[in-house]
Amino acid sequence: MTRINDVVIKIATVNGTGSASANGLLHKAIFRMGIPVVGKNYFPSNIQGLPTWYEIRVTGDGYQSRSNRVDLMVAMNAQTYAKDLAEVTPGGWLLYDSTWPRGQLLNRDDITVLGVPLAKMCNEHFDGVRTRILMKNIAYVGAIAALLEIDLEAITQLLEETFAAKQHLIASNMEAIRLGYDYAMENFACPLPSKVAPMDATKDQVVIDGNTAAALGCVYAGATVGAWYPITPSTSLMDGFRSFCSRYRVDPKTGKRTYAIIQAEDELAAIGMVLGASWMGARAFTPTSGPGISLMSEFIGLAYYAELPAVIFDVQRTGPSTGMPTRTQQSDILSCAYASHGDTKHVLLFPADPAECFTTAVQAFDLAERLQTPVLVLSDLDIGMNDWMVPAFQWDENYVPDRGKLLSADELEEMDKFYRYLDVDGDGIPYRTLPGTHPKGSFFTRGSGHTKLGRYTEDGDEYQEVVDRLLLKWETARSIVPEPEIAYSKFNKAAILTVGSGNGACREALDRLGQQNIGLNYCRVKAFPFSEAVKEFIDKHEVVYVVEQNRDAQLRTLLLVDGEADPAKLVSLLHYNGMPLNAAFVIEKVREEMAKGRAA
Amino acid sequence: MSYIAKPKVTHPGLPRNKLGLSVRDYEGVVSTLCAGCGHDSVTAAIIEAVFELDVEPHKLAKVSGIGCSSKTPTYFVSQSHGFNSVHGRMPSVTTGANAANRDLMYIGVSGDGDSLSIGVGQFVHAIRRNVNMCYIIENNGVYGLTKGQFSASADIGSKPKKGLPNQQEPIDAVSTALSLGATYIGRSFSGDREQLVPLIKGAFLHGGFALVDVISPCVTFNDHEGSTKSYAHTRQFYHHVVDMDYVPPAEEIKAAYAEGAAMPIELHDGSKIVLRKVDPAYDPTSRAKAFRYLREHFNAGEITTGLLYIDEARGEMHELMGNVDTPLAQLPMGSLRPARGELEKILKGYR
Repeated sequence: MTRINDVVIKIATVNGTGSASANGLLHKAIFRMGIPVVGKNYFPSNIQGLPTWYEIRVTGDGYQSRSNRVDLMVAMNAQTYAKDLAEVTPGGWLLYDSTWPRGQLLNRDDITVLGVPLAKMCNEHFDGVRTRILMKNIAYVGAIAALLEIDLEAITQLLEETFAAKQHLIASNMEAIRLGYDYAMENFACPLPSKVAPMDATKDQVVIDGNTAAALGCVYAGATVGAWYPITPSTSLMDGFRSFCSRYRVDPKTGKRTYAIIQAEDELAAIGMVLGASWMGARAFTPTSGPGISLMSEFIGLAYYAELPAVIFDVQRTGPSTGMPTRTQQSDILSCAYASHGDTKHVLLFPADPAECFTTAVQAFDLAERLQTPVLVLSDLDIGMNDWMVPAFQWDENYVPDRGKLLSADELEEMDKFYRYLDVDGDGIPYRTLPGTHPKGSFFTRGSGHTKLGRYTEDGDEYQEVVDRLLLKWETARSIVPEPEIAYSKFNKAAILTVGSGNGACREALDRLGQQNIGLNYCRVKAFPFSEAVKEFIDKHEVVYVVEQNRDAQLRTLLLVDGEADPAKLVSLLHYNGMPLNAAFVIEKVREEMAKGRAA
Repeated sequence: MSYIAKPKVTHPGLPRNKLGLSVRDYEGVVSTLCAGCGHDSVTAAIIEAVFELDVEPHKLAKVSGIGCSSKTPTYFVSQSHGFNSVHGRMPSVTTGANAANRDLMYIGVSGDGDSLSIGVGQFVHAIRRNVNMCYIIENNGVYGLTKGQFSASADIGSKPKKGLPNQQEPIDAVSTALSLGATYIGRSFSGDREQLVPLIKGAFLHGGFALVDVISPCVTFNDHEGSTKSYAHTRQFYHHVVDMDYVPPAEEIKAAYAEGAAMPIELHDGSKIVLRKVDPAYDPTSRAKAFRYLREHFNAGEITTGLLYIDEARGEMHELMGNVDTPLAQLPMGSLRPARGELEKILKGYR
C-alpha cells in the first residue's frame, strides 16, 4: 500500500556524535518541500555516549503530536538495536549500518531490513575519526532521501545556508549525502511505498522550539532583567534570550547593553533577583523547571502577598524529585498553582505550542503587571525543546505594554496621600509606585502582616482585610486571563478537556474519533484561575474526559477546587511515562471509558 | 503592638542639610527592639550618615531579610522605599533591584543569622558580583527572635545564657568577604558612633559592594559574662587599626594628619575618604597582608576594627556587565523591541 506524506522515521544514535545536525537537516528538508512535519527529540540526561532518538513524523494532515508508529527505523546504535528493531511497526523498514552485519536472531519476518555500509563508505572517503563519525550521520540522510524521495535540492540548499561561512564543508557533506543516496538507489527498490511528495502547506509556517519562542516573546515584551539558574529543560530559553538580546539590545554606538542576564547561584536567588528588579519596575523573568519551582516557592509566596509582578517560566519535566530530567510531563500544575506556604494561589498560563509561547510570554508580563502578582507560564519539555511547525508569529506594532496601575511622578504630586494596598477601584488591585519616582510614593514592601495602608500589623482584622481583598483580585484575574479554546462537534454530551501540549494529540484524536462517528466536544484550558467559560463548558456535558500528562490528575483537582466542577463528570485520562502524548492513547482511553459507560 | 509612628517634633534650631532636611526627617517608626539593643545604635548611625550625605529619602532603597536586624529598615528614613524580604535573601533582592535601577542608593541590613547561616550563599555571591550597595551585618552572635540560639558568628568558647559553650568555628564575615574579593570591608561596633558613621558614609559612596560588619550586642540573650559579643567584651578587646574621615566632593582635606598615617582615597563621586592608620603596620589595600593581620589579631582574641580593606579600581556589577548608564527600568518600553519588520527577518531563520 502506498502512503504519501504519512510516515514516521525514527533515528537511533549515540548522543554526542553530531547526529542532531543530520536529523535537523532531514527534518528541515521535508519542511522545505512544503510538507507538515513534527520533530521530537528523545535524549538522555547525559553529554556523550548514551542512546538518543530523533523522531520525524511526516504528516500531510498537519497534526502536531507524535505518532505511536515507527515506519522507518534508522538503527545506528548497537546498544539499542534489539529495542529499536522491536519498535518498528509491522510492514515497516529498518535501516542499519551493515559495515558490521547484525545477527540473524535480531531480524523480524514482518519488516524489511535495509543494510547500508555507512561506516565502511565513510572510512573510504573521509579522513579523521571525528569527520568519519559525523559523515556517517550525514550519509544516512542521503540514504533516507533516496528511500523516501526527499528533494536533494532542498538538502543542498540547507547545507549551503548552514555552511555559508565554511564552504569546504558543503562539498564534503554533499559527498556524504551522495554516498548514502547512491547506495540506496542502487541496492533497494527506491522509493519505498511510504514516501514523501511535495506539498504547499508550510509557506506561512516556521519550525521552532517553545523555549526560543518564549525568549523572543520576552524580548518583545520589553523584559530587561532575566535571572536564572541553569536547569534542563529550560536552559535554552535563557540561551535564546541572550542571543536575541545580543542582536537587538546592544547600543550600536556605545556597545552597551539594555538588558541584564544574571546567572544566579541557585533558584532561590534567581527569583529574589526577579522580585527585586520588578520592585524597581523592570520587566523581569526567570526560566526554570520543577525542582526550581520547589526552591522558589517561599519567594513566590512573598510576591503573592506583597503583590509584586514576576514572570516565571516552568518548562516542566518528569518528576518527582530529579525524576527524568529529559522527559516531559505536566506534573507541576498543582505545585505552581499553590506554590508557597500559607493561603496562596497563582495565575498560571498554559501555552500549547511554540507559537503560543511567543504570545503567552508577552501576555504574562502584561498580566503580571496588571494584577501585580507572579504569573507562571507552564510549558513543558515537549513544547520547549522539540521542533514544532507552527504559524509564523505575528506582531502588532501598535502593542502598548500594560503596566497596570502604576502611578507616575505627576500623578503622585497631585495626590494627597498614597497608600500601597488600598483598593481604590473595587477590583482588588491597588495602585503601585516605583522607588525613586516621587517622595510621596514611598511604601514598605514586606512579607509580614500588613494593613491596607501598608503598615506592619499583628491585628487579626487588619490582616484579614488584606488577604480577603486578594481574593477579590483573584476574581478579577479570572475575568481577564485568556479564555479557553472551545470547539463543538454535532454531538453535545461528552467532551475532551486538556491543557498545554496535550492539544495536538487531543485535536488529532477528535478528528479520528469523528471519523469513527464518535463526536466529542473540546475544551483546552489556557489559564488558571478558570474563566466562567470553562465552568460553563463542563456544566453542559454529561462526561468530560480530562486528558493530562501526570499521574495524579492535577488539572482535574484544580477543576474541582477552583472550577467547582462535579467530580462525577470528570473522567481522567492520564499519560505520564515521560513521552509526549499521542493521539492513539487518547482514542484508546476514550473508547475504553465509553465502553465502561455503556456497561454501567 | 504593631506600628507606632514617631511623633514628628522638630526643634527649629536643629541643623539642616543641603536639602533643608533635619536629622529627624530621616527617622522611621519607633523601634520595637529591646531597650539597649545595639541595632538601635546602628540605626542611629545610618540616619546620621544619610542625613550628612544629603540623601534624598526617596532615592534610597532599604532591603532586609528576616530577624531582629532585618526589622530595622522601618526604623530609619520612612520616606524611602523598603523591602523586607525572606530569610537570608536580602542580597538577591538587592542585586535584582540594582540591576533594574542603578541610580538609587542601596542599603541592605542583615544579621549574622541572616547572612552567615541561611543566607551565606547569597552573601558570598553578592560579593562576587560586586553589587553596588552598603551591606550592613548587625552581628550579635545569637538568634534573638527565637530566643538565644548561637549563630554561625559565635566564637569558640563563647558561653550562652543556658547550656554549653560554642565549640564550632565561627564564620567571620570580614575575612570571608576579604577572601571573596569584596571591594570595601569595614568592621565596627554599635557603641562606637564616631567610627561607624564615616564607615557607613564611605560604604554608601563606594562604587561596589561595601560590607560593614558591626558588632551589635544583644542585651537580652548575649550580653552576659562569658559571651564574646557582649558590650563589655567588645569594649575590652576592641582594636582600631584604621579609622577614617569622610571628605565631601570639592572640599579640601583640612584635618592635620601625622606623617605616614593618612591615606586619602578618592571615591567614584569625587568625594574622598582619608584613612587614619592607628596601627602603621596595617595595610588596607593589600588583601594578603590584611588577611594575615586579621587572623593574627583574631587568634590573640582581639576584634580588629576600622576600614579594613578597600579597592576602588574594580568595576561594580553594571560595569562588569557592560550596561547602559540609564537604569534598565527607565528605558522607554518601545525602545526595547526590535524595529518594525525585524520579526520577519528573525523568522526567516526558522523556515
